[in-house]
Amino acid sequence: MTTRTNSLKTTMQTSKNYEVRDPQSSIETQTLAINVGPQHPSTHGVFRMNVVLDGEVVTSLKPVMGYLHRNHEQIAENMSYAASMPYTDRLDYFNSMTNNFGWALTVEKLAAIDVPERVEYVRVIMAELTRLVNHVSAIGFLLNDLGAFFTPVLYAFREREKILDIFEEVSGSRMMCNYFRFGGLRRDVTPAVLEKIRGIVNKFPAFLDEFETLLTKNEILCMRCQNVGILPRDLAVNASITGPLLRASGVNYDIRKVDGYSVYNRFEFKVPLGPKGDVYDRYYVRILEMRESLKILDQALKGIPAGEIMAKKMLPFVKSPRNFKPPVGEAYGRVEGPKGELGFYVVSDGTAQPWRYHVRAPSFINLTILEDMCRGQKLADAIVILGSIDIVLGEVDR
Amino acid sequence: MEFMDQIFVNLKSTVLTLAGGFLPPWAVILLCAAISLGVIAVIGPVTMMYLTLIERKVLARMQNRIGPNRTGPWGLLQPLADGIKMLTKEDIVPKNADRIVHLVAPILIVIPALLVFAVIPFGKNMIPADLSVGVLYFLSISSTTTIAIFSASWASRNKYSLLGGMRAVAQMISYEIPMVLSVVPILLVTQSLSTGAIVRAQGAYGGWGWFVFTPWGFAAFITFFLCAVAECNRSPFDLPEAESEIVAGFHTEYSGMKFALFYMAEFMNAFTLSALAATLFLGGWQGPWLPSWAWFFIKTYALIFIMLWFRGTLPRFRVDQMMNLAWKFLLPLSLINILVAGFWHFANPPLAIGGSIAMLWASGWIFTRLNRDYTPEKRTYLFGE
Amino acid sequence: MFFGSGVIKGMLVTLKAFAASYFRGPDKGGIFTVQYPEQRLAEKENFRNFPFLVYDKTPDNLRCVACDICAKECPPKCITIVREFDKDNKPLKRPAVFSIDHTVCMNCGICEEACPFDAIFMDHNFEIASTDRQGDLLLQKEALLKSNDYFNKIRPTDASAIDAKRAEAEAKKKAAEQAAAAKAAAAAAAPKLAAAAADKPAVPTEPPKTV
Repeated sequence: MTTRTNSLKTTMQTSKNYEVRDPQSSIETQTLAINVGPQHPSTHGVFRMNVVLDGEVVTSLKPVMGYLHRNHEQIAENMSYAASMPYTDRLDYFNSMTNNFGWALTVEKLAAIDVPERVEYVRVIMAELTRLVNHVSAIGFLLNDLGAFFTPVLYAFREREKILDIFEEVSGSRMMCNYFRFGGLRRDVTPAVLEKIRGIVNKFPAFLDEFETLLTKNEILCMRCQNVGILPRDLAVNASITGPLLRASGVNYDIRKVDGYSVYNRFEFKVPLGPKGDVYDRYYVRILEMRESLKILDQALKGIPAGEIMAKKMLPFVKSPRNFKPPVGEAYGRVEGPKGELGFYVVSDGTAQPWRYHVRAPSFINLTILEDMCRGQKLADAIVILGSIDIVLGEVDR
Repeated sequence: MEFMDQIFVNLKSTVLTLAGGFLPPWAVILLCAAISLGVIAVIGPVTMMYLTLIERKVLARMQNRIGPNRTGPWGLLQPLADGIKMLTKEDIVPKNADRIVHLVAPILIVIPALLVFAVIPFGKNMIPADLSVGVLYFLSISSTTTIAIFSASWASRNKYSLLGGMRAVAQMISYEIPMVLSVVPILLVTQSLSTGAIVRAQGAYGGWGWFVFTPWGFAAFITFFLCAVAECNRSPFDLPEAESEIVAGFHTEYSGMKFALFYMAEFMNAFTLSALAATLFLGGWQGPWLPSWAWFFIKTYALIFIMLWFRGTLPRFRVDQMMNLAWKFLLPLSLINILVAGFWHFANPPLAIGGSIAMLWASGWIFTRLNRDYTPEKRTYLFGE
Repeated sequence: MFFGSGVIKGMLVTLKAFAASYFRGPDKGGIFTVQYPEQRLAEKENFRNFPFLVYDKTPDNLRCVACDICAKECPPKCITIVREFDKDNKPLKRPAVFSIDHTVCMNCGICEEACPFDAIFMDHNFEIASTDRQGDLLLQKEALLKSNDYFNKIRPTDASAIDAKRAEAEAKKKAAEQAAAAKAAAAAAAPKLAAAAADKPAVPTEPPKTV
């Protein structure tokens, strides 16, 4: 326990919603410093928050990251471009397809590889399925943080399971897909699988409706989430927050629209924006995004052409990925991952290994804003705010 | 029918008659008490053990799972396996803990949970001790749980425990008040504090004169049940042991059998509070066709099912919202309800029904409006292109 | 709507699930879990787990030629290959040591993709839990060897395509040999050259599928 210091007092007075105690009170109280994590049930992994509490109110919160650091970037700099692909699966292990997408996009940009049409469509389908998986389980885990005893998360996992079956069927693995290749895909998608995806896309709205009946209008959820952890628009932009977090704060920024990478500019979809930027908006923006993803999936499934699954330029490297040497140069490729802007920066010196490789991990950058959102809120809110950011520690710590 | 209804009563009197043949009278009285005690001492823990299984099964079914099914048929031996596991686990006491209080607290918490079984009317003539102050006894004994919880949290010397203990004290004391006040209308109407008399007062219309069917009874039942859920720290009021926030709250530092005792107390409280709610509002053992004890257990388990259902559906309140609910909504509502009960008693039937429903509805609406900060906002979501 | 109606609606959803768990099938909101050791989901053909080595007919006849390509492509470097030498210290086209460390392998499937000799493939066997790290998780050549029939059983589509490809390659090789032999024969007996060449190579009946 630490006694309260002057600096803390000033931070408390500057923050909104903070119930400052009666300065005339003769009761001497102390603040309580607690370590939330790294072995805490709801820090989504090995993440630690040094929280100073005044009663139940958070006066300061310092995120401590790095418990899961695995040297991802250095490892990638010491192996061939293609060999990094399975490592990107392990960044954000909920969304390996999108991670693959980002890395493939970056190297294709670096080496100026044209990707066949069918590949683009399959990639979009896989990325949007990943978004469904991620958002639905993010909401489930958010509810777990709110104290619902696993029911929403298990409903979410029931649907996630069906999509993971698709991933297993096309790529061979449920989570560590390693499915994309530079200029193509590991293997083609069979018509039977496309039919299954169509089945999922048709049934998913019914599930979402049920999920919303369970959650959206629930008074306890509204009480817990509305006006909690407000992230102001300006702060969100300044802190380079991306993804649903940014859009919940009302900023119309979606890389699928801004860059129009792959074939996203061919699809009709909208970008849901939140009016307030609190936890509830983050929850609801994710629901709306899933509905938009379903629209994209519907169009992509209708428009998917037949054709090659590997670019001509990359055919020689299918059997010997080690020999792939992109030209000297640098490239930054980014995709709209379910958690935000997932960027890969790569510098090539003409050898088979990248000279510099960097990942702009959305979870990591979104996490930096945690203290600003939590200060002045209750401890229970801090947990919920962390849940609403939707982090995966594999990506935060890399 | 009558035979089935009184089977346990007759069994006990047969035993006592047989024993009376060769035992002195004072020993028969002792034996009579011992039988009741023995039955309670068995029913309490067994109820708790099987409530854990029922809870896991019901929650699993709500979550599209099967639940425990490996130990015995339908997992019926699961509680035994859990018990053995708990008993054989290492008992860890933190280095800086207050060892004596740390040891005493779990024992202290089980005692009131067992004591309150004494005034529960399990069936017709099946009340272990028909005290004339039964309800008061129940409420006062069960409120001592707070002390045990707080001593457990303080003795653990753990910050999470402390937070949980503080929450527990605040919550249990706050919810005690609307809970007691919601019982008052019943006491006014029945003019008795005895649980047996309260059940007998609900015997009208062939066993259907339950107080829950009156407007004030319904409002009091809702209030009482919500407070009961809060009293035994169950979801959505499980803040003292909120696992997503403060790890396990007041029993963070407990392991093995000590932890099991906390668990036991929680489930026995859930059972006894449901039983009391059934007694006070749902007519206790009153009901047609079935034996009285069957009715009692059906009603109690229905209420327990609702508690589990809450747990399977609802997220947790935040600490300030929970206090608001108690002080700004349930407390005034229960006060109004006392007034409504008096009105019901003295007014003529048509006016009584209409008037009390109108009064409750209006006050409920007013309290909701006054607590507008806590009602959901309407939001519109724009779409960017 | 009144305060609390959202909660009640939500509770009806869970009650529906509770009821459905008794009366509905897994695809209609009932229980969707699988009682694993007794019940199993159908294995997906493309499912990949740890790699294994394929042999044709007898275990001596393994396809691996110890070229070391998979070991080099392997991202976590879990494959160790040592080439076998004969008595005269001449390198043979087979590995003396081929070990895969399952504790390191990350099931990416790159070895399978890179192998030019169709010798290493991803297995379906996922029940490999063990307490013996050296014995059961650091797999040596003998433990890794599995027959082509097994490969055909677990992944029929891929296996038949590869078999067809290999049969074609074999046939081409044979044809080349025969052609060479015929040429030699022709060189030996120059006058009667035309008729011998009519011996056509065996053309595979089925065209190779793309994988």
